[in-house]
Amino acid sequence: MRYLTDRKRAAGLGSAKSGTEHHWHMMISSVALVGLVPLFVFTFGRALGMGYEDALAYYARPFPAIVGILTLLVGFYHFKGGVQVLIEDYVHGFARKALIIGMTCLSYAAAAVGVFAIVRIAL
Amino acid sequence: MADVNRGDRPLSPHLQIYRPQWTSVTSIFVRITGNALLISALLAIWWFAALARGPEAYAVANGVLTSWFGDLVMFLSVGGIWYHLLGGVRHLIWDSGHMLDVNRSEMFGQGMVIVSVLLTIFTVIVL
Repeated sequence: MRYLTDRKRAAGLGSAKSGTEHHWHMMISSVALVGLVPLFVFTFGRALGMGYEDALAYYARPFPAIVGILTLLVGFYHFKGGVQVLIEDYVHGFARKALIIGMTCLSYAAAAVGVFAIVRIAL
Repeated sequence: MADVNRGDRPLSPHLQIYRPQWTSVTSIFVRITGNALLISALLAIWWFAALARGPEAYAVANGVLTSWFGDLVMFLSVGGIWYHLLGGVRHLIWDSGHMLDVNRSEMFGQGMVIVSVLLTIFTVIVL
C-alpha cells in the first residue's frame, strides 16, 4: 500500500479527470442557447397551432428552420451534459453507466429526428 | 496512514438539515427544469416529425399540443425554459467571479423567479 503516494493515488480521480472540460462545454453551449432559446420560443410558438399548409410554409423559410435545427442540436448537446451530471449524482454502479449511455443515445437520436424532420419540411 | 478512514469518512449533512435558502432552492429548480425540458423537446420533435410526415399526422400532433393539456404542458415548458435560461446566466456571471457574496446571490435568486414569471406572462401574451 505504501508504494503509492497520496498524490499519485488521487491523480485521475474526481475533478482531476475531465470535469473542467465538461464544465467548459456546458458553458459554451449555454452561451449559444441564451441567444437561440428566445428565437426558438418565438418562432416555434408562432407556428404551433397553425394549419398544416401555413405551418409547412412557415418552416420552409430559412430563418425559423435554421433556428430550429441549431436549437435542437445545441440543446440536446447541452442536455446530454446536464443529464449526465444528474445521473452521476444520484445513480451508482452499473445502472449509472447504463443510464448515461441510454440518455446519450436518446439525446443524439432525438436531435437527429428533429433535424431530419425540419430539413424535410424546409426542402 | 492515509488509508485508515477509507470508505468510512464523515458524509456531508443531508439536505433536510439545512434551512432552505434562495440560493439552494433556486439551484435545485434549475436542475429540475433543465431535465424536465426533455419532455417539451420530445413533444416539439414529435410536432416537427408529424409536420414532415403529412396532414393526418400533423392534425394529431398539433391537436394534442394545442389541447388544454398540451397548452398546460407548453405553458409549464415556457416557464421552465425561461427559468432555466436565467439560471444559466446566473452561472455564467458567478463563473466570471461576480455577485458571489451572500446578499447579492440571494437577491439574484429572487430576481430569477420574478423575471422568469414576467417573461412567461410576456410570452403567453405575445404568442
